[in-house]
Amino acid sequence: MAQQWTPDQPIVSIKDVHKAFGDLEVLKGVSFDVMKGEVICIIGPSGSGKSTLIRCINALNDIQSGSITVEGQEVHVPDLDKLALRKKVGMVFQQYNLFPHKTALQNVMMAPLVVLKQPKDEVEARARALLKKVRLEGKEDSYPGELSGGQQQRVAIARSLAMNPDVMLFDEVTAALDPETVKEVLVTIKELAAEGMTCILVTHEMGFAREVADHVYFTDRGVIVEHGPPSSFFTEATDPRTREFLSQIL
Amino acid sequence: MARARPIPGVDAPAATDLPVLKPVRFDPPGDAAGLSFSRFVAGLPWWSLPALMAAIVLWPVAAHAQSVYTMGDATAALLRWMPYLLTDGFLFNILISVFTMLAGTAAGALLGLMQVSPASMIRKPAWLVTQALRNSPWLVLLFIVMLAFPFEISIGSLTIPVPDWMKAVFGLSMPIAGNISEVVRGAIQSVPSGQWEASESLAFTRRQTMWRIILPQCFRRMIPPWMNWYAILTMATPLVSILGVEEIVTLSRQAMAAENSRPELLVPFYGFCLIVFFIYCYPIARWTMALERRMAVKL
Repeated sequence: MAQQWTPDQPIVSIKDVHKAFGDLEVLKGVSFDVMKGEVICIIGPSGSGKSTLIRCINALNDIQSGSITVEGQEVHVPDLDKLALRKKVGMVFQQYNLFPHKTALQNVMMAPLVVLKQPKDEVEARARALLKKVRLEGKEDSYPGELSGGQQQRVAIARSLAMNPDVMLFDEVTAALDPETVKEVLVTIKELAAEGMTCILVTHEMGFAREVADHVYFTDRGVIVEHGPPSSFFTEATDPRTREFLSQIL
Repeated sequence: MARARPIPGVDAPAATDLPVLKPVRFDPPGDAAGLSFSRFVAGLPWWSLPALMAAIVLWPVAAHAQSVYTMGDATAALLRWMPYLLTDGFLFNILISVFTMLAGTAAGALLGLMQVSPASMIRKPAWLVTQALRNSPWLVLLFIVMLAFPFEISIGSLTIPVPDWMKAVFGLSMPIAGNISEVVRGAIQSVPSGQWEASESLAFTRRQTMWRIILPQCFRRMIPPWMNWYAILTMATPLVSILGVEEIVTLSRQAMAAENSRPELLVPFYGFCLIVFFIYCYPIARWTMALERRMAVKL
């Protein structure tokens, strides 16, 4: 039996995680802790295992060895209570993945209604409030196909928030957006972070990472090469791979 | 003048050691069964119907101009039988096609859902049954059902007769079930995997994802191939005449026999059958293609 989790312990704890797709080893022993309310940015070149890593946190991918715990609960066990885990961990995807046959409001309402079986009036009121919070008032009845990329991504954020998660995972959420709409999504995430939401982001937005992150991790070829608070990470990187990556991107 | 060094792709075969993206033919999602039948019928020119009618009227003239049996006699015979052929014959074809489609769709939807099951104990048998049903000759399936099925079912003292047409419905619904199963499987698998992942991360169970997220999205995509199969099925209903079920072709044969089996009657009577099927199936085919086009734009 896992001991009771208290908020002074890491909310997400990753220890020596190994993950392989067939013969291809994607994660080769990754460890880090995330405290409640922290904003973590994971950066690194394509194929370095960043997305795989955060998909392991809510068990969308399984792992070969190591351990991931969320609020003290081990994620990669056979008898995992997936419902309990996914209520705690929300996720936003690069391609939004909104339900195209439902309006923005219905997209946000769906999980609380279907999964949590909460009363409709209550859910709708909360969904409207969430859409207002992501500045999509007036778009409640629009279908995803009628919204811009940035608007869709903000609906996706509201949809995840509707489950009242304790941790939010963002998997390159601005990578499919054009430069003007990137900002509106980042502002939304920044507001969430300011409210104390624990956020783990895989991102290429270095400016955003520098401004909002509490801690930045640089991964390459399945390992964490370097990490630190953004104040030192971006200026005093020591590893040659980090320096090369930063010089290309900044 | 020959070039000193051939230019690849211009005067020599193109060659590169880089990865090349070759052109691909993209089959629209949900088109697992293909719409070739509806495409063909919907593409027929408007004058195919009058051409068919002209052939019916002119055949007796051309074939037996010297005969005493005239075009007028043949047409009169057809007109005499026409109401009977339509109300007792073709209506029955429609009835068989509707019942068959209902039964075949129910069984096919179940098979299709089983084909996407994560449990291989369910998935593999469903795949095998589907392939067996859709790749067997329709007539063979029909014969098996007609001959293997009892003509009545006894439950205690109660005896329920099983009419031939009911057996025909069962026999025809087997290949339909196999093909609808493929339509359903294709449509479900054409939904992007991101929909599954998003639902999963929102704590939906597999069943909830399937019924609330995936199926509502592929229902629309299944309609054109489903209608295509309905049209094919309707065209195939005269098969049951071989087994003695009284539908339009069976009745036409009987009617011609009653008119002393004159050869001049063959084209008018069978031509009439063709016209009736064409009038019924052509709008369905046009509608199918229109729906297909509308959905292609939407996706």
